[in-house]
Amino acid sequence: METPLIEFREVTKRFDKKTVLDKANLTIYENQITTIIGKSGSGKSVLLKHIIGLLSPDEGSIFFRGIPLDKMKKKDWEGYRSKISYMFQNNALFDSMSVVENIALPLRQTTSLSKKEIEQRVMSRIEQMELTEAVSKYPSELSGGMQKRVALARALVTDPVIVLFDEPTTGQDPIRKNTILSMIAHYRKQFGFTAILISHDIPDVFFISDRILLLWEGKIAFHGTYEELTKLKHPMIDEFLRSIEGLRDELTGLLSKEMFRSRYALSLGGGQADTTITAVLFSVHFDRLADLIGPQSAIEVVKAFGESVNTFFDPFGGFSARHSRGEFLTMLPHLGMEETEQLVLTFAQRLKEEALREIESLARRKMGVETSFNITVTAGITEGGATEDIDEIMKKAKANQKIIAICQSCREVGSK
Amino acid sequence: MESTIKDRPYLPFFHFLGKRTITAINSLGAIAIFFSLAFLKIFRRKQTREIIQQVFYIGATSSGIVILVSLFTGMVLGLQLFYTLNKFGSEGALGSVVALTLIRELGPVLTAIMITARAGSSMAAELGILRISEQIDALYTMRIDPLRYLISPRIAASIISFPLLTAFFDLIGILGGYLTGVVLCGANKSAYFYRIHSYVDMVDIRGGFTKSIVFAVLVSTVCCYQGYFTHLRTDSYGAKSVSLATTSAVVISCVMILVSDYVVTSFLM
Repeated sequence: METPLIEFREVTKRFDKKTVLDKANLTIYENQITTIIGKSGSGKSVLLKHIIGLLSPDEGSIFFRGIPLDKMKKKDWEGYRSKISYMFQNNALFDSMSVVENIALPLRQTTSLSKKEIEQRVMSRIEQMELTEAVSKYPSELSGGMQKRVALARALVTDPVIVLFDEPTTGQDPIRKNTILSMIAHYRKQFGFTAILISHDIPDVFFISDRILLLWEGKIAFHGTYEELTKLKHPMIDEFLRSIEGLRDELTGLLSKEMFRSRYALSLGGGQADTTITAVLFSVHFDRLADLIGPQSAIEVVKAFGESVNTFFDPFGGFSARHSRGEFLTMLPHLGMEETEQLVLTFAQRLKEEALREIESLARRKMGVETSFNITVTAGITEGGATEDIDEIMKKAKANQKIIAICQSCREVGSK
Repeated sequence: MESTIKDRPYLPFFHFLGKRTITAINSLGAIAIFFSLAFLKIFRRKQTREIIQQVFYIGATSSGIVILVSLFTGMVLGLQLFYTLNKFGSEGALGSVVALTLIRELGPVLTAIMITARAGSSMAAELGILRISEQIDALYTMRIDPLRYLISPRIAASIISFPLLTAFFDLIGILGGYLTGVVLCGANKSAYFYRIHSYVDMVDIRGGFTKSIVFAVLVSTVCCYQGYFTHLRTDSYGAKSVSLATTSAVVISCVMILVSDYVVTSFLM
């Protein structure tokens, strides 16, 4: 069995008389994105601060690759800490330092790299985070989103093995939230670190997470994948998810997954066996787009597509939700299979005429005429009944998926 | 228990006194450890740049106000002492009295108080803000020792700047005394400088500088301590705690300057 990268065993932490962590047990594995969710004030930040050593447990132990942190020698402890970066909820940037000085600070103070090497590494991170125009600015002169990116650049400049993100998306607009989450997923792939993050941005944070930990009353009440979390019928988890998930997906304006489920159940008329419903699963594939024009533009593609789906199918009584980053499921309770097929073709036509053109102009602005990229939209139509759950319907629809539109360097080449 | 308090009504007073004494002794111990750790870290790598920056901030930028205060202090001394000495027909001693007063006492004390007001308060406020905005925690997470990076340079810079500014204060103060005593009131110009030369010994100058170093240690340690541990205050939180930490830093520093002045003087005499 794989040794966890970090393990909490029976960790208890009290502040005065309040017990924040109560014999908490958890495991975090290498090269995964683990998201910690829980109510405000439930001890999520306290948990992260234990990992980096800002706090130490009153009882219990924390292990790094099987070695207890409290038994580590000074050299090993320093070695452990050199592998971790922490991105604070409020960024904790140094107000009196410019962006470049903030990012260079850990390298200047903790390494023996030459001035030139430091400059190269800092500038490379600045370019990756699209912060070139903010180099000499001070944090107070930057927008909240830019400050987050500076904090992310500072956290990644030392090439850490583990990066702890304390609510990295708080206070951001939906596009920025998704951009930051995309950046985390993207850089995790690029640099291969283990990410532990606290976030309330459902569903977006789940799309990038390998594992979810639910902290409830000082204990880890759930750990597993997103699919396991949604399948688990536990009143406490349902209550929690309902409490933090809004009625609508902030990014696209589509229904939230919980609302989608309720509408689906309602459409089936309380589970009558003969009631059927037509479902369309759309997928947007944008191969190199995120790499070429940055994660924010990729999010804008998702947003534009989601809005198109919403506007087009709503008048026909359809309702839709985003089920993963680029997957949208639309239910059409009043239409049959043939009508739905016709409707999807019309939608594809409109997509090419309007949404994809919009995406093209956005991409062109960012990267010029020379660069080539593809955006492919596929759709699969199926029928669902009272006995089938949403996952089964999605599986069936996926099997039927065909390309309905391709934007190849945004010159339309496909239609069916 | 009730009967005990009735029988001994002075108990709550001693309870309060004991509690305050224990807190004070604990704080003194904590400040001593804080200073020792920060002082030792002055000699670590990568400190020169930070120390120079702090010398500029604490020393160079405070020089204007120190010069202004020293000039007027010297001028007042010149006037008052000329008036007093004139009564005894000893105005010839004006130079030596002005110089000794400034070098032995007023120079180090007033310089320290001026730096406390200007740089000490900002040290406490800056560190307090760094603390409440988690920037000190951020340093820790980046493996930058906050004591080494933030406190040691300030203590080192204070130890360098205080004696230098004190020397400035003494010099400008003596010139101020000359302006009023000699130029305005008509004391003998040659006697003014001759008496300074004859009566001011190295031991006086050394004593003044010893005091300024003691004040540097006290002011920088107290101000840094108050700012650095803003978050541990129990009387307030957030911005309010920063303002209270700053006030405490200035008040405690000024009291410590005067108390230690007496202690050091009594040792030097």
